Amino acid sequence: MSDWEPKIVSFFCNWCTYGAADLAGVSRFQHPPNTRVIRVPCSGRVSPKFILAAFMNGADGVWVSGCHPGDCHYIEGNFYARRRFTLLKNQLEYMGLEPGRLHFSWISSAEASKYIEVITEVIDAVKALGPNTRFVKPQAKVA
Amino acid sequence: MREIAGRLLSECSVEMVIGFRQGTMPMMNEPCFVTREEDVSSLIWDSNCGINLANYLTNRKEKIAVFAKGCDSRNIVNHIVENKIGRDQLHIVGVPCTGMIDKRRIAGLVEGEILEVSETDTTVKVKTAAAESLFDKAEVLQQNCALCVHRNPVIHDEMVADPVEEQTDIDRYADIRKIEEMDAADKWQFFEDLLSPCIRCYACRNACPLCYCPTCFVDESKPQWVGKGQDPIDVRTFHFLRAYHCAGRCTDCGACQRACPVGIDMRLLTRKLEKDCQEQFGWEAGLSLEQRPALDVYQPNDPGAFIK
Repeated sequence: MSDWEPKIVSFFCNWCTYGAADLAGVSRFQHPPNTRVIRVPCSGRVSPKFILAAFMNGADGVWVSGCHPGDCHYIEGNFYARRRFTLLKNQLEYMGLEPGRLHFSWISSAEASKYIEVITEVIDAVKALGPNTRFVKPQAKVA
Repeated sequence: MREIAGRLLSECSVEMVIGFRQGTMPMMNEPCFVTREEDVSSLIWDSNCGINLANYLTNRKEKIAVFAKGCDSRNIVNHIVENKIGRDQLHIVGVPCTGMIDKRRIAGLVEGEILEVSETDTTVKVKTAAAESLFDKAEVLQQNCALCVHRNPVIHDEMVADPVEEQTDIDRYADIRKIEEMDAADKWQFFEDLLSPCIRCYACRNACPLCYCPTCFVDESKPQWVGKGQDPIDVRTFHFLRAYHCAGRCTDCGACQRACPVGIDMRLLTRKLEKDCQEQFGWEAGLSLEQRPALDVYQPNDPGAFIK
């Protein structure tokens, strides 16, 4: 178990956090390599189904990141998303998901340093919890 | 009620009346669609009319009169707000409600097959082959009715009776708070036990007036969001998403729980969302035609402390 590394699925808004991740890379900031990034047009595009599907297929953590409230490329997408995520996070944790598996953040495309901060925080939180066993569906083993 | 239905049909002000008729078994009244004046005699009303009639209004084109309890009326408001039927197509006959009987609790209280159930304002008499027992109606109500704070219709064109007194000082979420206080492992186990009898019959979805998507997520195959089998994770994911689809819309009418053949209390999921909507956004579903649903609007200062 000592060499276990978490798999984290990240949904990044094309207009901000994805840019921040890019900027962090271009700036040669070091950060742990545990996330699989999925680019979405807006945090408002992220459906609860995506998050459940990530967990079902074996993600140890999920991280959704978009633009700061008020800065949405589509004016108000992240405001709707915020309401949805509030209910979603509460409900998943109400059903037994450990707090610390599911993360949300607002990171603008200029905030490469915040990106590094949050990614480290997310990975540390998921690492501390160990491999995810909840909402994971055992996959058929391929020989 | 028959008078009202007969009058509306004879005046041709509506094409159909939706109400209840006697079912084939005690405590199992079934929805009834009356289109001819001479058929109004089959309409009845008692404390076994728990099915939510708003479910039968989705996408109807004709002019309809519908009998509506408090919860039905709130779901009708939902339907109008969500453009599933026009207000001008409806003649809503409001029925003040004192709660519906929990047929499972009655079945558990008596032995043998129930032959007949009759009631007065405050009591319920249950007859089996061996005995006759009398219960206090307040003690055999469905839980959602015992906790109901909207017994009178919120929208109506006419009422069949004077409004009943609304219940106050009701703690709607005592059981929800108890679950919230558990730690994650206990919560997981609690819902594992709660959902384990589920046979994935989708009766809860079909009985629910909110569930009208042309293709339900459980039937989608590309991509398939949730497996169709009895795998506990699939069952849980189904129940999670079903409840989540009702977020900010559920009126706690109890149709899902009533329809469940194995008696799962899935309202523990929908009521948590209802509680969160109320606490986070100050929203209660189905009370006004003017307000947009909770997830269709936002405030710049909505709570978001969980977001880094």
